[in-house]
Amino acid sequence: MRSLLWFSVITLFLSPLVFGFGLRVADYPNDDGTRLVISWEKLPPPELEAADPDSYILERSTGSDGDFAPAAVISKLDPTLTTTDQDLNKDEKYYYRLSCTSEGIVWVSEPAGPYTPVENWYNTGRTNVLIGILLTGAMVGWFISQGKKGRSQYLRPIAGLLALDEAIGRATEMGKPILYSSGRGSMNRPASIASMNILGSVAEKVASYGTPLIFPNNDPVVTAVAQEVAREGYTKAGHADKYNSDNIYFVTDSQFGYAAAVDGIMMRERPATNLFFGTFEAESLILAETGNSIGAIQIAGTDSSIQMAFFIVACDYVLIGEELFAASGYLSGDPQVVGTLKGSDYLKIVIAILLVIGALLGLLNQTWFVNLFVTA
Amino acid sequence: MLIQFFIPSKLSSSVYNEITNWAQLIYAFALIVGVFGLVKYHLGRVSRKSDGWIYNLVTVVSLFLMAFLGFAFGRKDGGAFMWIFNYFQAPMQASVFSLLAFFVASAAYRGFQARNTEAVLLLLSAVFIMFGIASVGNSIPPFAEIANWILMNPSMTARRGIFIGVGLGTIAVSLRVILGVERTYLGKE
Repeated sequence: MRSLLWFSVITLFLSPLVFGFGLRVADYPNDDGTRLVISWEKLPPPELEAADPDSYILERSTGSDGDFAPAAVISKLDPTLTTTDQDLNKDEKYYYRLSCTSEGIVWVSEPAGPYTPVENWYNTGRTNVLIGILLTGAMVGWFISQGKKGRSQYLRPIAGLLALDEAIGRATEMGKPILYSSGRGSMNRPASIASMNILGSVAEKVASYGTPLIFPNNDPVVTAVAQEVAREGYTKAGHADKYNSDNIYFVTDSQFGYAAAVDGIMMRERPATNLFFGTFEAESLILAETGNSIGAIQIAGTDSSIQMAFFIVACDYVLIGEELFAASGYLSGDPQVVGTLKGSDYLKIVIAILLVIGALLGLLNQTWFVNLFVTA
Repeated sequence: MLIQFFIPSKLSSSVYNEITNWAQLIYAFALIVGVFGLVKYHLGRVSRKSDGWIYNLVTVVSLFLMAFLGFAFGRKDGGAFMWIFNYFQAPMQASVFSLLAFFVASAAYRGFQARNTEAVLLLLSAVFIMFGIASVGNSIPPFAEIANWILMNPSMTARRGIFIGVGLGTIAVSLRVILGVERTYLGKE
């Protein structure tokens, strides 16, 4: 009987003490079924208030009495009282418990579960984006249909694009080439697509004047696209024979290697006009200042607000913000393309109204309106 | 890509990954075409003995040398490939990057000439921001506070206006591409 009592005492100290503890598990919203959110009550639990350990271990198992393995270490100071368990399987059932070893006592909470992560097929946190895209699409679509019907639509003059003819004419008169650069963007960037669209119009114009167009490239895919676009431009102008694919070539994908190469071309070829349209990074000022030093007329447009500042200082004309994306419609005059520009212009008015409403409601401490635009 | 943004399921992300893998493959093949074009261009200039043809020759020789060293001996640390990269290419790139300091100075000199009221405002803003961010000015309370106010209010306001314009322009371009309204970038009318 005495030995049985000792055995019970020893067993009690070697086995963990299991306590009820408020461990809550929920599915992670809008995910691919690989995450669960685990939250807990304020630590320490009543049994450990005296010991007050610094950290606890969150353990996970696929069975309530199975082998629990550590999933995360939880600090008692964690103010969120929440953690996310990742890389789970949506076909498994999971149990969770907290454990802690303090002053020789192994404390574990009662297992919570089973819980299974749910795979979501629609991200409800992005409904506002979907509504925005549908509204934008509808507005742009309506203006495109207006364009198809042949209704004329006014576009405000853009100084940088009005100067394009003058810049090309200047290069022609001086008998010097035109240098074109689309920067460092790959073809999946809207700024690169916009740049290719501008290149089409530029190629058409230079083909008519017989001015050489040099386009050193940073991306091999952009090179291939640019060659096709320029060839089409020359063909449209009726001067396909003047197109020289050797003038549009890949240089390097290294950022400063590209900057050095384009600078070198500027210093050797002395172009009368430099056109910088696309995605630019730190090389923007290196290119624009070198162009400035050789006295070239320079027109630039980029989607980066930081690089735009450098271009404004060093170039003669700069397309600001959406003007880069508007350029192709402006140059081609295609009523359908112009329709998309009108659509985005009207959207700008809508956004301005929403901003004013949001600012006014914000001043009245009403945040619900701003929260409508928060995405997950 | 657009649909994937709204569908978080595993199928959607695996389709997305597959497409991006294909994009990588296309890029790799395009790189071969690009290098072929590069060699053709430079060898053409060498054969015609164009001005500065020796630099074209250096480019071609460097290209083949690096490719040979990389394929033959690998890119391990201490190898010839990495030695050339660390002691030739990296310093040359750093040199070009460092030119930016001088270009910023010359651009600032032109940009900050106080010709009219707007230019004077720009000059004053630049002075406050330069002193406010530099370590010496940061210790003078008014400079740091004014610089921070300029960056967080007028500057941020203007940048957000540009962001909205760029965002709308991006949507317009994307819609033109999706709807097939504009196909110039495909080499078509």
